Amino acid sequence: MLHMTPTILKNFFSKSATRLYPVKKREPFDNVRGELDIRIEDCIFCSSCRIKCPAACIEVDKKNKIWQIDPYICVYCGICVDHCPTKCLYFKGDYRAPVAEKAMKIEQKREETQSK
Amino acid sequence: MAPTIIPFGPQHPVLPEPLHLKITTRDEIVTEVVPQLGFVHRGLEKLADLKDYNQLVQVVERVCGICSCIHALTYAQAIEALMQVEVPQRAHLLRVIWSELHRIHSHLLWLGLLADAFGFESLFMQCWRIREKIMDVLEATAGNRVIISVNVVGGVRRDLTKEQCQWVLDVLKDVEKEFLALEKVFINDYSVEKRTRGIGVLPKEKAYELGACGPTLRGSGVAQDLRQTGYSGYGQLDFEPVVEQDGDSYARCKVRFREVLQSIDLVRQAISKLPEGGEVRVKVKGNPEGEIISRSEQPRGELLYYIKASGTKKLDRLRIRTPTFANIPPLLTMLPGEDLANVPVIVLSIDPCISCTER
Ligand code: SF4
Ligand code: SF4
Repeated sequence: MLHMTPTILKNFFSKSATRLYPVKKREPFDNVRGELDIRIEDCIFCSSCRIKCPAACIEVDKKNKIWQIDPYICVYCGICVDHCPTKCLYFKGDYRAPVAEKAMKIEQKREETQSK
Repeated sequence: MAPTIIPFGPQHPVLPEPLHLKITTRDEIVTEVVPQLGFVHRGLEKLADLKDYNQLVQVVERVCGICSCIHALTYAQAIEALMQVEVPQRAHLLRVIWSELHRIHSHLLWLGLLADAFGFESLFMQCWRIREKIMDVLEATAGNRVIISVNVVGGVRRDLTKEQCQWVLDVLKDVEKEFLALEKVFINDYSVEKRTRGIGVLPKEKAYELGACGPTLRGSGVAQDLRQTGYSGYGQLDFEPVVEQDGDSYARCKVRFREVLQSIDLVRQAISKLPEGGEVRVKVKGNPEGEIISRSEQPRGELLYYIKASGTKKLDRLRIRTPTFANIPPLLTMLPGEDLANVPVIVLSIDPCISCTER
Protein backbone atom coordinates (compact mmCIF):
# COMPACT_ATOMS: atom_id res chain seq x y z
CA MET A 1 0.00 0.00 0.00
CA LEU A 2 2.86 2.35 0.83
CA HIS A 3 3.73 3.21 -2.76
CA MET A 4 0.18 4.24 -3.52
CA THR A 5 0.00 6.66 -0.59
CA PRO A 6 1.41 9.77 -2.37
CA THR A 7 -1.11 9.34 -5.20
CA ILE A 8 -3.93 8.85 -2.74
CA LEU A 9 -2.93 11.90 -0.73
CA LYS A 10 -2.67 13.95 -3.89
CA ASN A 11 -6.13 12.87 -4.90
CA PHE A 12 -7.51 14.13 -1.62
CA PHE A 13 -6.45 17.65 -2.45
CA SER A 14 -7.01 17.75 -6.19
CA LYS A 15 -10.35 18.20 -7.81
CA SER A 16 -12.56 15.29 -8.63
CA ALA A 17 -11.74 13.32 -11.78
CA THR A 18 -15.38 12.89 -12.68
CA ARG A 19 -18.04 15.41 -13.53
CA LEU A 20 -21.37 15.65 -11.78
CA TYR A 21 -23.26 14.52 -14.84
CA PRO A 22 -25.96 15.59 -15.80
CA VAL A 23 -25.59 18.78 -13.75
CA LYS A 24 -22.23 19.49 -15.35
CA LYS A 25 -21.83 18.46 -18.94
CA ARG A 26 -18.68 18.39 -21.01
CA GLU A 27 -18.88 20.24 -24.30
CA PRO A 28 -18.81 17.64 -27.08
CA PHE A 29 -15.68 17.57 -29.23
CA ASP A 30 -15.90 18.69 -32.84
CA ASN A 31 -16.94 16.10 -35.40
CA VAL A 32 -18.06 13.59 -32.85
CA ARG A 33 -20.56 11.02 -34.04
CA GLY A 34 -23.42 11.70 -31.67
CA GLU A 35 -26.98 11.46 -32.85
CA LEU A 36 -27.61 10.96 -36.54
CA ASP A 37 -29.95 13.49 -38.07
CA ILE A 38 -31.12 14.51 -41.51
CA ARG A 39 -32.00 17.78 -43.18
CA ILE A 40 -34.91 16.20 -44.93
CA GLU A 41 -35.46 19.19 -47.28
CA ASP A 42 -32.13 18.40 -48.97
CA CYS A 43 -32.64 14.67 -49.29
CA ILE A 44 -33.15 13.44 -52.85
CA PHE A 45 -34.10 9.90 -51.77
CA CYS A 46 -31.32 8.32 -53.74
CA SER A 47 -30.99 5.42 -51.30
CA SER A 48 -27.18 5.45 -51.17
CA CYS A 49 -27.30 5.68 -47.40
CA ARG A 50 -29.59 2.69 -47.23
CA ILE A 51 -27.38 0.60 -49.51
CA LYS A 52 -24.10 1.49 -47.82
CA CYS A 53 -25.22 1.24 -44.21
CA PRO A 54 -23.56 -1.82 -42.66
CA ALA A 55 -26.23 -2.13 -39.99
CA ALA A 56 -29.09 -1.95 -42.53
CA CYS A 57 -31.01 0.45 -40.31
CA ILE A 58 -32.11 3.01 -42.89
CA GLU A 59 -35.17 2.74 -45.05
CA VAL A 60 -35.89 5.09 -47.92
CA ASP A 61 -39.27 5.34 -49.56
CA LYS A 62 -38.85 7.37 -52.70
CA LYS A 63 -42.50 7.42 -53.65
CA ASN A 64 -43.80 8.78 -50.38
CA LYS A 65 -40.58 10.67 -49.64
CA ILE A 66 -40.00 9.00 -46.36
CA TRP A 67 -36.55 8.45 -44.86
CA GLN A 68 -36.47 6.42 -41.73
CA ILE A 69 -33.89 5.06 -39.40
CA ASP A 70 -33.91 2.75 -36.47
CA PRO A 71 -31.56 4.62 -34.14
CA TYR A 72 -31.25 1.58 -31.93
CA ILE A 73 -29.74 -0.50 -34.70
CA CYS A 74 -27.50 2.28 -36.00
CA VAL A 75 -23.90 1.74 -34.93
CA TYR A 76 -22.82 5.36 -35.48
CA CYS A 77 -20.14 4.52 -37.99
CA GLY A 78 -20.86 7.48 -40.25
CA ILE A 79 -20.66 5.55 -43.51
CA CYS A 80 -24.03 6.94 -44.60
CA VAL A 81 -22.81 10.49 -43.94
CA ASP A 82 -19.73 9.84 -46.09
CA HIS A 83 -21.81 8.61 -49.00
CA CYS A 84 -24.71 11.03 -49.02
CA PRO A 85 -24.44 13.00 -52.27
CA THR A 86 -26.30 16.06 -50.98
CA LYS A 87 -24.62 16.06 -47.55
CA CYS A 88 -27.98 16.18 -45.85
CA LEU A 89 -27.07 13.64 -43.20
CA TYR A 90 -25.10 14.89 -40.24
CA PHE A 91 -24.20 14.01 -36.68
CA LYS A 92 -25.14 16.11 -33.71
CA GLY A 93 -22.39 16.38 -31.15
CA ASP A 94 -24.57 15.14 -28.33
CA TYR A 95 -25.35 11.49 -27.83
CA ARG A 96 -28.83 10.15 -28.31
CA ALA A 97 -30.87 10.76 -25.18
CA PRO A 98 -31.85 7.71 -23.17
CA VAL A 99 -35.46 6.67 -23.32
CA ALA A 100 -37.62 5.32 -20.53
CA GLU A 101 -39.80 3.00 -22.53
CA LYS A 102 -38.19 0.05 -24.13
CA ALA A 103 -40.93 -0.16 -26.73
CA MET A 104 -39.59 3.08 -28.16
CA LYS A 105 -36.48 1.32 -29.24
CA ILE A 106 -38.13 -0.61 -32.02
CA GLU A 107 -40.09 2.37 -33.22
CA GLN A 108 -38.69 4.05 -36.28
CA LYS A 109 -38.13 7.71 -36.75
CA ARG A 110 -40.32 9.01 -39.52
CA GLU A 111 -39.92 12.35 -41.21
CA GLU A 112 -41.85 13.64 -44.17
CA THR A 113 -40.96 16.35 -46.64
CA GLN A 114 -43.08 19.40 -46.98
CA SER A 115 -44.85 19.27 -50.32
CA LYS A 116 -43.76 22.04 -52.60
CA MET B 1 -9.75 -35.36 0.89
CA ALA B 2 -11.79 -36.41 -2.11
CA PRO B 3 -11.51 -34.11 -5.12
CA THR B 4 -14.05 -31.31 -5.34
CA ILE B 5 -15.27 -29.89 -8.62
CA ILE B 6 -15.81 -26.15 -8.59
CA PRO B 7 -17.37 -24.24 -11.48
CA PHE B 8 -15.62 -21.00 -12.36
CA GLY B 9 -17.89 -18.82 -14.48
CA PRO B 10 -19.58 -18.41 -16.94
CA GLN B 11 -20.58 -15.53 -14.65
CA HIS B 12 -17.70 -14.62 -12.39
CA PRO B 13 -16.95 -11.29 -10.72
CA VAL B 14 -13.39 -11.18 -11.99
CA LEU B 15 -14.30 -10.92 -15.63
CA PRO B 16 -17.65 -10.03 -17.11
CA GLU B 17 -17.15 -12.46 -19.94
CA PRO B 18 -18.59 -15.95 -20.09
CA LEU B 19 -15.66 -18.30 -19.71
CA HIS B 20 -16.51 -21.48 -17.88
CA LEU B 21 -13.78 -23.52 -16.21
CA LYS B 22 -14.52 -26.78 -14.52
CA ILE B 23 -11.89 -26.79 -11.81
CA THR B 24 -11.07 -29.97 -9.95
CA THR B 25 -9.44 -29.24 -6.61
CA ARG B 26 -7.94 -31.28 -3.84
CA ASP B 27 -7.46 -29.45 -0.55
CA GLU B 28 -7.99 -26.13 -2.34
CA ILE B 29 -5.18 -26.93 -4.76
CA VAL B 30 -6.18 -27.04 -8.42
CA THR B 31 -5.48 -30.39 -10.01
CA GLU B 32 -7.31 -30.23 -13.31
CA VAL B 33 -9.07 -27.62 -15.41
CA VAL B 34 -11.49 -28.19 -18.25
CA PRO B 35 -12.65 -25.12 -20.17
CA GLN B 36 -16.00 -24.66 -21.81
CA LEU B 37 -16.64 -21.99 -24.39
CA GLY B 38 -19.47 -21.01 -26.68
CA PHE B 39 -21.74 -18.86 -24.57
CA VAL B 40 -21.50 -15.73 -26.70
CA HIS B 41 -21.15 -17.01 -30.22
CA ARG B 42 -22.59 -14.33 -32.51
CA GLY B 43 -21.84 -15.75 -35.94
CA LEU B 44 -19.89 -12.75 -37.18
CA GLU B 45 -17.92 -14.84 -39.66
CA LYS B 46 -21.15 -15.93 -41.28
CA LEU B 47 -22.00 -12.28 -41.90
CA ALA B 48 -19.26 -12.28 -44.53
CA ASP B 49 -21.75 -14.08 -46.76
CA LEU B 50 -24.37 -11.39 -46.30
CA LYS B 51 -22.56 -8.06 -46.32
CA ASP B 52 -20.36 -6.62 -49.02
CA TYR B 53 -16.65 -6.44 -48.30
CA ASN B 54 -16.70 -2.72 -47.45
CA GLN B 55 -19.44 -3.16 -44.89
CA LEU B 56 -17.50 -5.97 -43.27
CA VAL B 57 -15.06 -3.44 -41.82
CA GLN B 58 -17.79 -2.40 -39.41
CA VAL B 59 -18.60 -6.04 -38.71
CA VAL B 60 -15.05 -7.09 -37.82
CA GLU B 61 -14.67 -4.01 -35.65
CA ARG B 62 -17.34 -5.52 -33.49
CA VAL B 63 -15.51 -8.80 -32.99
CA CYS B 64 -13.84 -7.11 -30.04
CA GLY B 65 -14.62 -3.66 -28.71
CA ILE B 66 -11.32 -3.00 -27.02
CA CYS B 67 -9.09 -3.68 -30.01
CA SER B 68 -11.62 -2.80 -32.71
CA CYS B 69 -9.25 -0.54 -34.60
CA ILE B 70 -6.69 -3.33 -35.02
CA HIS B 71 -9.31 -5.78 -36.24
CA ALA B 72 -10.36 -3.32 -38.92
CA LEU B 73 -6.72 -2.67 -39.81
CA THR B 74 -5.97 -6.38 -40.22
CA TYR B 75 -9.04 -6.91 -42.34
CA ALA B 76 -8.43 -3.81 -44.46
CA GLN B 77 -4.81 -4.68 -45.13
CA ALA B 78 -5.81 -8.16 -46.24
CA ILE B 79 -8.33 -6.82 -48.75
CA GLU B 80 -5.88 -4.17 -49.89
CA ALA B 81 -3.26 -6.83 -50.51
CA LEU B 82 -5.76 -8.91 -52.50
CA MET B 83 -6.74 -5.95 -54.64
CA GLN B 84 -3.23 -4.51 -54.84
CA VAL B 85 -4.28 -1.18 -53.43
CA GLU B 86 -1.42 1.12 -52.50
CA VAL B 87 -2.36 2.87 -49.25
CA PRO B 88 -0.85 6.36 -48.75
CA GLN B 89 2.04 6.60 -46.27
CA ARG B 90 0.16 9.07 -44.15
CA ALA B 91 -2.74 6.66 -43.78
CA HIS B 92 -0.35 3.91 -42.65
CA LEU B 93 1.05 6.09 -39.90
CA LEU B 94 -2.39 7.29 -38.84
CA ARG B 95 -3.41 3.65 -38.53
CA VAL B 96 -0.40 3.09 -36.28
CA ILE B 97 -1.33 6.07 -34.12
CA TRP B 98 -4.88 4.87 -33.57
CA SER B 99 -3.79 1.26 -33.06
CA GLU B 100 -1.28 2.26 -30.42
CA LEU B 101 -3.82 4.46 -28.67
CA HIS B 102 -6.03 1.39 -28.57
CA ARG B 103 -3.21 -0.64 -27.11
CA ILE B 104 -2.64 1.97 -24.40
CA HIS B 105 -6.27 2.05 -23.37
CA SER B 106 -6.57 -1.73 -23.52
CA HIS B 107 -3.53 -2.23 -21.28
CA LEU B 108 -4.68 0.45 -18.86
CA LEU B 109 -8.02 -1.28 -18.68
CA TRP B 110 -6.32 -4.58 -17.99
CA LEU B 111 -3.97 -3.15 -15.36
CA GLY B 112 -7.02 -1.70 -13.64
CA LEU B 113 -8.86 -5.00 -13.81
CA LEU B 114 -5.84 -6.82 -12.41
CA ALA B 115 -5.73 -4.41 -9.48
CA ASP B 116 -9.44 -5.01 -9.02
CA ALA B 117 -8.94 -8.79 -9.13
CA PHE B 118 -6.62 -8.74 -6.16
CA GLY B 119 -8.70 -6.17 -4.36
CA PHE B 120 -6.65 -3.01 -4.82
CA GLU B 121 -9.60 -0.76 -5.54
CA SER B 122 -7.85 2.62 -5.54
CA LEU B 123 -5.24 1.42 -8.02
CA PHE B 124 -8.03 0.19 -10.27
CA MET B 125 -9.70 3.61 -10.20
CA GLN B 126 -6.39 5.35 -10.84
CA CYS B 127 -5.71 3.28 -13.97
CA TRP B 128 -9.14 3.93 -15.36
CA ARG B 129 -8.84 7.59 -14.59
CA ILE B 130 -5.73 7.77 -16.75
CA ARG B 131 -7.41 5.69 -19.42
CA GLU B 132 -10.20 8.24 -19.68
CA LYS B 133 -7.75 10.73 -21.18
CA ILE B 134 -6.95 8.29 -23.97
CA MET B 135 -10.66 7.77 -24.55
CA ASP B 136 -11.04 11.53 -24.93
CA VAL B 137 -8.22 11.58 -27.47
CA LEU B 138 -9.94 8.84 -29.46
CA GLU B 139 -13.26 10.62 -29.33
CA ALA B 140 -11.83 13.94 -30.39
CA THR B 141 -9.66 12.58 -33.19
CA ALA B 142 -11.80 9.75 -34.53
CA GLY B 143 -15.36 10.57 -33.53
CA ASN B 144 -16.16 7.68 -31.21
CA ARG B 145 -14.74 6.52 -27.93
CA VAL B 146 -14.20 2.81 -28.40
CA ILE B 147 -15.25 1.56 -31.83
CA ILE B 148 -13.75 4.39 -33.77
CA SER B 149 -14.45 3.23 -37.32
CA VAL B 150 -11.56 5.05 -38.95
CA ASN B 151 -10.19 2.26 -41.10
CA VAL B 152 -11.65 1.54 -44.50
CA VAL B 153 -10.38 -0.49 -47.39
CA GLY B 154 -8.01 1.98 -49.04
CA GLY B 155 -6.94 4.08 -46.09
CA VAL B 156 -8.45 5.96 -43.19
CA ARG B 157 -11.51 8.17 -42.98
CA ARG B 158 -10.12 10.89 -40.78
CA ASP B 159 -7.00 12.97 -40.81
CA LEU B 160 -5.17 14.69 -37.98
CA THR B 161 -4.42 18.38 -38.22
CA LYS B 162 -1.18 19.84 -36.87
CA GLU B 163 -3.00 21.24 -33.83
CA GLN B 164 -4.60 17.90 -33.11
CA CYS B 165 -1.21 16.17 -33.28
CA GLN B 166 0.19 18.67 -30.82
CA TRP B 167 -2.79 18.20 -28.53
CA VAL B 168 -2.38 14.41 -28.67
CA LEU B 169 1.29 14.79 -27.74
CA ASP B 170 0.38 17.08 -24.83
CA VAL B 171 -2.19 14.61 -23.52
CA LEU B 172 0.28 11.75 -23.85
CA LYS B 173 2.81 13.71 -21.83
CA ASP B 174 0.24 14.02 -19.05
CA VAL B 175 -0.70 10.37 -19.34
CA GLU B 176 2.93 9.31 -19.18
CA LYS B 177 3.58 11.39 -16.08
CA GLU B 178 0.55 10.05 -14.24
CA PHE B 179 1.25 6.54 -15.41
CA LEU B 180 4.86 6.60 -14.23
CA ALA B 181 3.58 7.57 -10.78
CA LEU B 182 1.99 4.11 -10.73
CA GLU B 183 5.22 2.37 -11.67
CA LYS B 184 6.33 1.87 -8.10
CA VAL B 185 2.92 0.50 -7.18
CA PHE B 186 2.82 -2.11 -9.91
CA ILE B 187 6.48 -3.04 -9.78
CA ASN B 188 7.44 -2.73 -6.09
CA ASP B 189 4.29 -2.81 -4.04
CA TYR B 190 4.18 -5.59 -1.47
CA SER B 191 0.53 -6.50 -2.01
CA VAL B 192 0.84 -6.54 -5.80
CA GLU B 193 3.93 -8.74 -5.65
CA LYS B 194 2.38 -11.01 -3.08
CA ARG B 195 -0.56 -11.72 -5.35
CA THR B 196 1.32 -12.06 -8.63
CA ARG B 197 4.96 -13.11 -8.19
CA GLY B 198 5.50 -16.81 -8.79
CA ILE B 199 1.80 -17.28 -9.48
CA GLY B 200 0.73 -19.01 -12.69
CA VAL B 201 4.19 -19.76 -14.03
CA LEU B 202 4.44 -20.54 -17.73
CA PRO B 203 7.97 -21.70 -18.61
CA LYS B 204 9.54 -20.47 -21.82
CA GLU B 205 9.50 -23.84 -23.61
CA LYS B 206 5.90 -24.49 -22.64
CA ALA B 207 4.84 -21.05 -23.81
CA TYR B 208 6.44 -21.64 -27.19
CA GLU B 209 5.18 -25.19 -27.50
CA LEU B 210 1.59 -24.34 -26.68
CA GLY B 211 1.52 -21.41 -29.04
CA ALA B 212 1.01 -18.63 -26.52
CA CYS B 213 1.04 -15.15 -27.98
CA GLY B 214 1.26 -11.51 -27.05
CA PRO B 215 2.21 -10.43 -23.54
CA THR B 216 1.63 -14.01 -22.31
CA LEU B 217 4.42 -15.21 -24.60
CA ARG B 218 6.71 -12.24 -24.03
CA GLY B 219 6.24 -12.53 -20.28
CA SER B 220 7.80 -15.98 -20.61
CA GLY B 221 10.91 -14.68 -22.29
CA VAL B 222 10.17 -15.17 -25.99
CA ALA B 223 10.85 -11.98 -27.90
CA GLN B 224 8.15 -12.21 -30.51
CA ASP B 225 6.03 -9.28 -31.52
CA LEU B 226 4.09 -9.24 -34.78
CA ARG B 227 4.66 -5.52 -35.13
CA GLN B 228 8.26 -6.35 -35.93
CA THR B 229 7.14 -7.72 -39.28
CA GLY B 230 6.60 -4.07 -40.18
CA TYR B 231 3.02 -4.25 -41.36
CA SER B 232 1.20 -0.96 -41.93
CA GLY B 233 3.46 1.86 -40.72
CA TYR B 234 5.42 -0.16 -38.14
CA GLY B 235 8.29 -0.75 -40.54
CA GLN B 236 9.28 2.90 -40.23
CA LEU B 237 9.33 2.94 -36.45
CA ASP B 238 12.07 1.93 -34.12
CA PHE B 239 11.19 -0.41 -31.27
CA GLU B 240 12.11 -3.65 -29.56
CA PRO B 241 9.63 -6.18 -28.18
CA VAL B 242 9.13 -5.92 -24.43
CA VAL B 243 10.29 -9.13 -22.78
CA GLU B 244 10.29 -10.42 -19.22
CA GLN B 245 11.88 -13.71 -18.22
CA ASP B 246 9.97 -15.06 -15.23
CA GLY B 247 6.80 -16.26 -16.94
CA ASP B 248 4.57 -15.60 -13.92
CA SER B 249 1.63 -13.23 -13.56
CA TYR B 250 3.99 -10.57 -12.29
CA ALA B 251 6.07 -10.78 -15.46
CA ARG B 252 2.98 -10.50 -17.64
CA CYS B 253 1.88 -7.47 -15.66
CA LYS B 254 5.30 -5.90 -16.13
CA VAL B 255 5.25 -6.59 -19.87
CA ARG B 256 1.94 -4.80 -20.21
CA PHE B 257 3.10 -1.98 -18.01
CA ARG B 258 6.17 -1.40 -20.13
CA GLU B 259 4.19 -1.80 -23.35
CA VAL B 260 2.05 1.18 -22.43
CA LEU B 261 5.22 3.28 -22.28
CA GLN B 262 6.39 1.72 -25.54
CA SER B 263 3.10 2.56 -27.21
CA ILE B 264 3.30 6.16 -26.05
CA ASP B 265 6.74 6.29 -27.63
CA LEU B 266 5.45 4.72 -30.86
CA VAL B 267 2.67 7.29 -31.14
CA ARG B 268 5.27 10.03 -30.74
CA GLN B 269 7.47 8.49 -33.39
CA ALA B 270 4.55 8.05 -35.77
CA ILE B 271 3.43 11.66 -35.31
CA SER B 272 6.95 12.94 -35.91
CA LYS B 273 7.17 10.87 -39.11
CA LEU B 274 3.76 11.91 -40.51
CA PRO B 275 4.35 13.17 -44.04
CA GLU B 276 3.01 16.63 -44.87
CA GLY B 277 -0.51 16.76 -46.24
CA GLY B 278 -1.61 14.51 -49.04
CA GLU B 279 -4.29 11.90 -49.36
CA VAL B 280 -5.21 9.51 -46.58
CA ARG B 281 -7.60 7.41 -48.58
CA VAL B 282 -7.51 6.04 -52.09
CA LYS B 283 -10.50 5.06 -54.15
CA VAL B 284 -10.95 1.32 -54.41
CA LYS B 285 -12.57 -0.17 -57.47
CA GLY B 286 -13.50 -3.75 -58.24
CA ASN B 287 -13.79 -6.75 -56.00
CA PRO B 288 -11.20 -8.82 -54.18
CA GLU B 289 -10.16 -12.18 -55.53
CA GLY B 290 -7.91 -14.88 -54.10
CA GLU B 291 -6.87 -16.17 -50.73
CA ILE B 292 -4.86 -14.39 -48.10
CA ILE B 293 -3.73 -14.52 -44.51
CA SER B 294 -3.25 -11.27 -42.67
CA ARG B 295 -1.67 -10.99 -39.23
CA SER B 296 -1.24 -8.23 -36.72
CA GLU B 297 -0.35 -7.67 -33.10
CA GLN B 298 -3.24 -6.89 -30.85
CA PRO B 299 -2.96 -5.80 -27.22
CA ARG B 300 -3.58 -9.46 -26.36
CA GLY B 301 -1.38 -11.06 -28.97
CA GLU B 302 -1.37 -12.26 -32.51
CA LEU B 303 -4.49 -11.82 -34.59
CA LEU B 304 -4.97 -13.79 -37.77
CA TYR B 305 -7.43 -13.29 -40.59
CA TYR B 306 -7.97 -15.72 -43.39
CA ILE B 307 -9.93 -14.42 -46.34
CA LYS B 308 -11.10 -16.20 -49.45
CA ALA B 309 -12.75 -14.20 -52.18
CA SER B 310 -13.82 -15.02 -55.68
CA GLY B 311 -14.21 -11.66 -57.34
CA THR B 312 -17.69 -10.88 -56.11
CA LYS B 313 -18.87 -8.23 -53.70
CA LYS B 314 -19.22 -10.79 -50.95
CA LEU B 315 -16.39 -12.85 -49.54
CA ASP B 316 -16.47 -16.63 -49.74
CA ARG B 317 -14.95 -17.17 -46.36
CA LEU B 318 -13.75 -15.08 -43.48
CA ARG B 319 -11.91 -16.83 -40.70
CA ILE B 320 -10.71 -15.00 -37.62
CA ARG B 321 -8.36 -16.40 -35.02
CA THR B 322 -8.06 -14.17 -32.01
CA PRO B 323 -5.21 -14.12 -29.48
CA THR B 324 -7.24 -15.36 -26.52
CA PHE B 325 -7.97 -18.57 -28.39
CA ALA B 326 -4.23 -19.20 -28.60
CA ASN B 327 -3.76 -18.31 -24.95
CA ILE B 328 -6.30 -20.72 -23.50
CA PRO B 329 -4.07 -23.86 -23.68
CA PRO B 330 -1.24 -22.03 -21.87
CA LEU B 331 -3.79 -20.91 -19.27
CA LEU B 332 -4.77 -24.51 -18.66
CA THR B 333 -1.17 -25.47 -17.93
CA MET B 334 -0.67 -22.49 -15.59
CA LEU B 335 -3.53 -23.42 -13.32
CA PRO B 336 -2.80 -26.95 -11.97
CA GLY B 337 -0.84 -26.82 -8.73
CA GLU B 338 -2.07 -23.35 -7.82
CA ASP B 339 -4.17 -22.32 -4.89
CA LEU B 340 -7.84 -21.90 -5.73
CA ALA B 341 -7.72 -18.31 -4.47
CA ASN B 342 -5.18 -17.46 -7.17
CA VAL B 343 -7.30 -18.72 -10.04
CA PRO B 344 -9.02 -15.37 -10.80
CA VAL B 345 -5.70 -13.52 -10.99
CA ILE B 346 -4.16 -16.19 -13.23
CA VAL B 347 -7.17 -16.27 -15.54
CA LEU B 348 -7.01 -12.51 -15.78
CA SER B 349 -3.26 -12.55 -16.40
CA ILE B 350 -3.72 -13.78 -19.99
CA ASP B 351 -6.12 -10.86 -20.57
CA PRO B 352 -8.94 -13.08 -21.76
CA CYS B 353 -11.36 -11.67 -24.28
CA ILE B 354 -13.98 -14.35 -24.64
CA SER B 355 -16.41 -12.61 -26.94
CA CYS B 356 -13.70 -12.14 -29.50
CA THR B 357 -12.62 -15.75 -29.17
CA GLU B 358 -16.12 -16.92 -29.97
CA ARG B 359 -16.94 -14.13 -32.42
S1 SF4 C 1 -27.92 9.34 -49.25
FE1 SF4 C 1 -28.58 11.36 -48.57
S2 SF4 C 1 -29.83 12.12 -50.24
FE2 SF4 C 1 -29.63 9.91 -50.57
S3 SF4 C 1 -31.42 9.06 -49.56
FE3 SF4 C 1 -29.77 9.04 -48.05
S4 SF4 C 1 -30.05 10.94 -46.94
FE4 SF4 C 1 -31.23 11.15 -48.80
S1 SF4 D 1 -24.13 5.75 -38.93
FE1 SF4 D 1 -23.61 3.76 -39.82
S2 SF4 D 1 -25.09 2.35 -38.90
FE2 SF4 D 1 -25.87 4.41 -38.53
S3 SF4 D 1 -27.27 4.79 -40.23
FE3 SF4 D 1 -25.26 5.59 -40.83
S4 SF4 D 1 -24.28 3.93 -41.93
FE4 SF4 D 1 -25.99 3.04 -40.80
